[in-house]
Amino acid sequence: MTTLTRTQDAQSPIVLEKAEIRSWKAPIALAVFVAIGAVIFIGFGREGESTFVLSRRGDAIQLPAIVAPTLATCIAIVLLLAAITAWSAYLSYRAHKTPVWALGAFGFLFVVGFLTWAAAGASLPVSGLLIGTLGISVPLIFGALGGVISERAGVVNVAIEGQLLAGAFVAAVVASVTRQPLLGLAAAMLAGVLVSFVLAAFAIKYLVDQVIVGVVLNVLVAGLTSFLFSQVLTEDTALLNSPPGFDPINIPILSEIPILGPVLFRQTIIVYVMYFAIAAVWFGLYRTRWGLRVRSVGEHPQAADTVGINVASTRFWNVSLAGAIAGFGGAYLTLDAVGSFNKEMTAGAGFIALAAVIFGRWDPIKATLAALLFGFATNLQNVLSIIGSPVPSEFMLMLPYVVTIFAVAGLVGKSRPPAADGKPYIKS
Amino acid sequence: MKLELRGITKRFGSFVANDQISLTVEPGEIHALLGENGAGKSTLMNVLYGLYRAEEGEILLDGTEQHFAGPGDAMNAGIGMVHQHFMLIPVFTVAENVMLGHEKTTFGGRLDLASARKTVLDISARFGFHVDPDALVEDLPVGVQQRVEIIKALSRDAKVLVFDEPTAVLTPQETDELIVIMKQLREAGTSIVFITHKLREVREVADRITIIRLGKVVGEALPTASNKELASLMVGRAVELTVEKEPAVVGAAALVVDNLSVIDIHGQIVVNKVSFEVHSGEILAIAGVQGNGQTELTEALLGLQDRVTGTITLDGKPLTGLSVRKVLDAGVGFVPEDRQEDGLVAEFTIAENLMLDRSTREPFVKAGSLQLATLAEFAEKKVAEFDIRAQGITAHVGRLSGGNQQKVVLARELSRDLRLFVAAQPTRGLDVGSIEFVHTRIVETRDAGTPVIVVSTELDEVVALADRIAVMYRGGIAGIVPGDTPREVLGLMMAGASHAEATGESAVRTA
Repeated sequence: MTTLTRTQDAQSPIVLEKAEIRSWKAPIALAVFVAIGAVIFIGFGREGESTFVLSRRGDAIQLPAIVAPTLATCIAIVLLLAAITAWSAYLSYRAHKTPVWALGAFGFLFVVGFLTWAAAGASLPVSGLLIGTLGISVPLIFGALGGVISERAGVVNVAIEGQLLAGAFVAAVVASVTRQPLLGLAAAMLAGVLVSFVLAAFAIKYLVDQVIVGVVLNVLVAGLTSFLFSQVLTEDTALLNSPPGFDPINIPILSEIPILGPVLFRQTIIVYVMYFAIAAVWFGLYRTRWGLRVRSVGEHPQAADTVGINVASTRFWNVSLAGAIAGFGGAYLTLDAVGSFNKEMTAGAGFIALAAVIFGRWDPIKATLAALLFGFATNLQNVLSIIGSPVPSEFMLMLPYVVTIFAVAGLVGKSRPPAADGKPYIKS
Repeated sequence: MKLELRGITKRFGSFVANDQISLTVEPGEIHALLGENGAGKSTLMNVLYGLYRAEEGEILLDGTEQHFAGPGDAMNAGIGMVHQHFMLIPVFTVAENVMLGHEKTTFGGRLDLASARKTVLDISARFGFHVDPDALVEDLPVGVQQRVEIIKALSRDAKVLVFDEPTAVLTPQETDELIVIMKQLREAGTSIVFITHKLREVREVADRITIIRLGKVVGEALPTASNKELASLMVGRAVELTVEKEPAVVGAAALVVDNLSVIDIHGQIVVNKVSFEVHSGEILAIAGVQGNGQTELTEALLGLQDRVTGTITLDGKPLTGLSVRKVLDAGVGFVPEDRQEDGLVAEFTIAENLMLDRSTREPFVKAGSLQLATLAEFAEKKVAEFDIRAQGITAHVGRLSGGNQQKVVLARELSRDLRLFVAAQPTRGLDVGSIEFVHTRIVETRDAGTPVIVVSTELDEVVALADRIAVMYRGGIAGIVPGDTPREVLGLMMAGASHAEATGESAVRTA
């Protein structure tokens, strides 16, 4: 009898006792932010009233603007932040983790506090802030989706920047010449794919270091498009660099939702495609044969090989797909946001998208949220410089990058990339 | 299904890994392929599985010639493989792993996980496996992961199943269970190729045995052949299977470990209040299934672990909390369990590797510069003394065979004045000849009066070397027993039984 029970016991996983480890990371980080908040919001407290404008003229449902006394609101918010921090410290003392929603609430309150303080004596257009956020985020989100697919398949995609830029350039030229924005979109995808082809060929076939190929491609695309821009496009801007843009499509009813309606549902076709793409990539990765295979070659290519999956071609075509998606995102810059091509107009968006991939833990939804966060930080700086913020604008320009560094280094903690990410598969 | 390999030749450059190998496996037969590491067994099976293309020879299934461009073709023809290093994706569930490569889908391209779960449960039920289709593979113990590999092969209707060194990662109990499973599969008509270098298992389960050495078939045998006959065929000369050793001359307690606990970065207690002593002139073997805290225990001895509580004293002086440098200076020699990762720098030469732990002082360093002549002289001496087979002391260690690499590690560690010698998995992956050599040196070290700790998951090695055996289970010590304790008792203790339970005393009392 003894034998039997012991044998079965041996099959159960080795479960070790858990030691109580108290991590003070969360409460300490929160306390630092409370201190910063107290110094800025109260120490450099500003008198007056902060006005938040919620509705725009012409909206079907008009919400009244929120008028808050600046200093009182700031003090209240700092107290709330301190309360959350105290609670987090208590949880750490009891060896529990601070829940993510509490961190989220803390972040939201901090932002509200900052906006209240910055908008003292002025009025802040909330929908404008959010619309701008989404606009800046669109290329980031497309780039991040491309990054997620490529890295899930095991190829580090540093070339997102190049893919965005190539997409933006080609979309502008093709749409200008043909006067067909849809053709411009298609050509942008093709351009992204071509950049990907180079990355895929060097990384998968010739086993060159993927990061180096990616960096070189970014420089190559930036140089090539800049050269063509100054030598060719400026010669005849009317013919080559004045693409017809897409018109916004208002979705009935949905676009009349207060605050969010105008943000989400008065957009161009590119943004609607983005909503679809986020859902499709998520569904595809986790629920379909394609996704299972993509993830398998990114996690354990040899295992995939031994069940008859062609690792090289799976990686090749998915890196290409990633290029198409990023190229599509690049087209947004020239066919929607800006309206014409400019030298190096992506300005590091590809790298921010790469950070969003990591911050979002290689998951399409989380990467999208990360991209939105970065977009918000960038746009906040724009809006505040318009309404006249007390912070020097040079300092505000750092905001998106500071957020990126904090997000990737501090908040992500230990995240696990696909096991074979960046490692070439050499068939013996 | 009948499998025939005829005249398979596979070359890597000028190296002939398989030289005219022929092999026939009858339907419902367990055919053991016996050979040392590097004899060409795995190469042959990779040819069969379509991973390698052979230069010459043919593969026949039921008399029909086959051409496999890749593993997909081999699988479709009915060949399944249980790999030595499991071909499972750790972050996928069991069902996802089983369905990968031949996924069924439902409406809208959705993966049909329900049917994959059913497949897993059906096959599990047929062979009495207890496998949860929704468990993540990385959370499963290796024995169960291996079953997932078997299910994966059977779900593709494999008629010929290749087991590549399947027992290397298993406990003695799991090995026995695997043998039962293999026999069940044979009853069901599956042909089995069983690759191993462990003689005991071969004789227990095989119907026929083919022995290969240096890429050639050197003989066939029946399971009735003796261990000695099989071993000499495998190695090519007569070998000593048992280690010659005199009874230990035990001195005073040298290493005293008291109430030692180690907590890993996830907050798990991986070593749990362990206490033991090692006397000078004895070998204490630490037995146990991989992952029961042995690795962390040896690392704690060397000062490689943070978050350690309890005390370690050597010759009355505390080692706890000292840096690795100070622990080494106190006279601790250490053979790490992964020699390629932790024991050697593969890109360095033999000579450089031999002085790695003495890179800061005389005689190898004077006034900040390396004394190359002294080093060369020292290295030449050690290469001769430890019989390191290489082109010279400037050969890169990464190019050496596993046995010679391990000799470099031993030569380095044993050339200092040792007060304690710790060898973790000293013969893992070595051929029989090298195992003999390593074991002899370990016993010599003991006879010189040094206390020795040998950590091993191989019961054969534990039984061969130990004067006393400490069995580790889930971070704690299940018991410390004499060196002549029967294997069955050790096996039970490795699964968590106390010594009393394992010897059946408690069972008698409760009955």
